[in-house]
Amino acid sequence: MRINAKTSEKIAKCLIWTAALLVIAILFSIIAHILIKGIPMISWQFLTDIPRDMGRSGGISSSIVGTLIVTAVAVIVATPFGIGTAIYLTEYTRESRVTRIIRFSAESLAGIPSIVYGLFGFIFFVIYLKMGWSILSGGLTMAIMILPTIIRTSEEAIRTVPQLYREVGFSLGLTKWQTITRTVLPSALPGIVNGVILSIGRCVAETAAVILTAGSALRMPTSIFSPTRTMAVHFYILAREGISMDNAYGTAALLIILILLLNVGFNMLVNRFIAKGR
Amino acid sequence: MKSFKEKLSERVFLLIALSTLSVLALITVFIFIKGIPIIAKVGIINFVFGMKWAPSQGAYGIFPMIVGSVSVTIGAAIVGVPIAICCSIFLAEYAPAKLRNIFRPAIQLLAAIPSVVYGFWGVLFVVPMIRNYLGGPGLSILAGSIILGIMILPTIISITEVSLLALPRHYKDGALALGLTQWQTIHSLLLPAAKSGIVAAVILGLGRAIGETMAVIMVLGNAVALPESVLDPVRTLTTNIGIEMGYASGEHQQALFATGIVLFVIIMILNATAQYITRKR
Repeated sequence: MRINAKTSEKIAKCLIWTAALLVIAILFSIIAHILIKGIPMISWQFLTDIPRDMGRSGGISSSIVGTLIVTAVAVIVATPFGIGTAIYLTEYTRESRVTRIIRFSAESLAGIPSIVYGLFGFIFFVIYLKMGWSILSGGLTMAIMILPTIIRTSEEAIRTVPQLYREVGFSLGLTKWQTITRTVLPSALPGIVNGVILSIGRCVAETAAVILTAGSALRMPTSIFSPTRTMAVHFYILAREGISMDNAYGTAALLIILILLLNVGFNMLVNRFIAKGR
Repeated sequence: MKSFKEKLSERVFLLIALSTLSVLALITVFIFIKGIPIIAKVGIINFVFGMKWAPSQGAYGIFPMIVGSVSVTIGAAIVGVPIAICCSIFLAEYAPAKLRNIFRPAIQLLAAIPSVVYGFWGVLFVVPMIRNYLGGPGLSILAGSIILGIMILPTIISITEVSLLALPRHYKDGALALGLTQWQTIHSLLLPAAKSGIVAAVILGLGRAIGETMAVIMVLGNAVALPESVLDPVRTLTTNIGIEMGYASGEHQQALFATGIVLFVIIMILNATAQYITRKR
């Protein structure tokens, strides 16, 4: 017997709504659990004190600082390369063998697992270039990891800039470089910023690649050559080795709050831009 | 006529753009240089199909981990793919505009949650549930499959949704005009038309699952043995590296890079396949 069209329509609709609600429920359950257990642990002292007794007590200030600097190094290094690549792909060339190779490389980089980046960063930056476990090694490894994201988002953003902008630029006698920097890039800026924000989130959340390149030292970093333990790594070690569940929850909550802020902040930025565009 | 400056800037941008290629080459070269010697010493067959991993005795066989990685990845696909495809159909066809505007950022957020947090959540909720209701240690292929199934959702949903939305509008209009119901239109017309995009999405999702490390370290149990059921603990290629890199040295460290080579090759094959499928379209 065949199920008639009306029944199958109902079943399908029901399954599809269930799947969607299930996903939202999972997301909510993860975030709510971490925030409910973790927010009470966050205090001024937790944010400003260095970890004591392997993280059993004290705060996580050195991890916060480490996370911020590693992320900053990654973004500062990757952004110019990412935007430059996007400009080349959109403004300087048509589809050719060269662009195919560049795209293939970028997409392959995007698919490489973070543990492999960790292995590479360890053997290349830490050992071969003798940078040791350091903020610099971690930041550079992460820069390679986020490069494809910045390229893709920047390229999409630059492609949506109307061709007319460029034509007007040229017709006013601007050079290609002037047209790109004065008309194309400013209008693509929100999309590019989106890519950078996504990448910041990725750096903050990363564990496997940083633990092998930046190390897991708890002391306050003094320069970019100091080893550090980022918040995600700190959370992992606290939770996995059962050192302190309270501090693990506090660290996780702070991570989630940061990521929520980055995501919400970005959405507000997009909405403002759309409103302005109208 | 292009001026000298124009030509120069084009060259500079080309060099910048080739940075992706050079970095990819660097990664490949360094990981292979570090890992190849041990594969050469042990023999590729013994390395890939060897059953015993005991670095202290010089035994480097990663077959149990390959089985671990493959079984967890298949499990993740079984858990994640149906949910992901339903969600993308929801986003592309069923969701009211208002819900869509909440749902999309929610999916983005799902992708942004640190993998260690997923692992932690798995240890707290998924592992005990399996232990209590299904038996075994709880730390298992099943737990890993569920966590990874959730983690690959954003990848599959976003690419599938894009390929559904990219279909020409008249496909749907025509089908609806012929009196097909919405679901008939979707499953007999839209899904087949978007097939290559969906396949690429699933392959990329599988790549994500096989490459994930921190979440699965926490929920898989990490035993180096061939599993007999989905309730057994396993170790994957990624977790093997993640667990032992901290203290490995010498040959042992080389063997972990060799594990990385195997992982790298699997991922590159998956990536290339996904890219080929997308491009053919």
